[in-house]
Amino acid sequence: MIKVDIKKRLQGSQGLMLLDINLEIEEGSFTVLMGESGSGKTSLLRVLAGLEKAEGKIVVGGQSWQDMPAQKREIGFVFQDYALFENMSVEENLRFVKDDKVLVDKLLSLTELTGLASRNVKGLSGGQKQRVSLCRAMMNKPKLLLMDEPLSSLDEKMREKLQVEIAKLHKAFGTTTIMVSHDAKASYALADRIIVLEQGKVLKDGTKDEILQKVTTLTYCL
Amino acid sequence: MIDFTPFILSFKLAGLTTVILFVLALPFAWWLSQTESKSKPVFEALTALPIVLPPSVLGFYILVVLSPHSAVGGFFEDLFGLKLVFSFTGLVVASCFYSLPFMVQPLQSGFEALNRHMLEASYLAGKSKLQTLWHVALPNIKPSLITALIITFAHTVGEFGVVLMVGGSIPNETKVASVAIYEMVEVLEYGKAHIYSGIMVGMSFFVLLGVYIFNHQHKKIGIH
Repeated sequence: MIKVDIKKRLQGSQGLMLLDINLEIEEGSFTVLMGESGSGKTSLLRVLAGLEKAEGKIVVGGQSWQDMPAQKREIGFVFQDYALFENMSVEENLRFVKDDKVLVDKLLSLTELTGLASRNVKGLSGGQKQRVSLCRAMMNKPKLLLMDEPLSSLDEKMREKLQVEIAKLHKAFGTTTIMVSHDAKASYALADRIIVLEQGKVLKDGTKDEILQKVTTLTYCL
Repeated sequence: MIDFTPFILSFKLAGLTTVILFVLALPFAWWLSQTESKSKPVFEALTALPIVLPPSVLGFYILVVLSPHSAVGGFFEDLFGLKLVFSFTGLVVASCFYSLPFMVQPLQSGFEALNRHMLEASYLAGKSKLQTLWHVALPNIKPSLITALIITFAHTVGEFGVVLMVGGSIPNETKVASVAIYEMVEVLEYGKAHIYSGIMVGMSFFVLLGVYIFNHQHKKIGIH
């Protein structure tokens, strides 16, 4: 079980706000965070990853993460802008995290990137880069996989392809996953649970059927 | 017959200064690029001082600090037997101060232009700040790195005021090319001065040309 009880002052879309989150997330689950821009979704991910500080506590599998540096949290993070190491090839990006050739081959095969293993990441398309980013995030077999709008910069076709690959990896590794997304279709396809944030607070929290039905009327979601 | 010893001295001085400055300036530039400390502008201003100060002012203070009568100069002379004024060692120390901004500023700009998420991805991969600097940050700022190294080297070769004040003009010890040219002009040996100056102009041009070609090529590779 992952327990999150944090508070952090943020500059939101409507001025200063308090990110005030109290959640319990089941291990192995797939949670999607939704909400307007500036509602605190990315900040929550960054606090969980240890990239930003917040008051309160984060407990993962009985272990406190609050004062633990990002390096030790065993987090996989997929950034919206890929954030690949541009001086390295696809395979080197993965092996930089952990020198495990068997796992590299498995991940590249699952995401159909085997043929691109030796290619420099600079020359890849957006969709390919995001798949490499996803594989890299899985290299340390993370306790928690965090994805910040991984589909947003891709076209429709690529979004669907990556969505399938995210589902494949989640099935293969069973990693607890939290994904920020504005894409209702992808969220419905991937999530066990959907949390909607507004002004730093949880507005809605429930299964995908409960939440997406409820938010369908809200323009920001669809 | 032309004596090339001043050129050899200039290159030796520039080479040593570049290596020493790279080692010292790299962590400093990295810290400047990453810190949110309020003291950052103070360090940036101090680093940039050699660009705006007249070489005579810089040379004067370095001379005062390195003199055997000062605490610093006396410490090195008593403990290591190192004479820091009117010696080649003193020239290296002075050049490190004089050329500091030419090493620090391009490196800092390069680091600051890096995608912050890329560095965070390295931390999340369990890598320390040092590992991130070496394996991720440095290889991704190649144009800035090359600029820093080449400009520091070329700038040190062209150094005159500080060198003359701290090192004087001792043949085979501190008489570098720029000082030799100054002396040739003083004794009206314009022919030799032309040859020395021509070599300096040619060398400086080709060094700069090399930097611009490298950066241009790198940009092209980045685009495609």
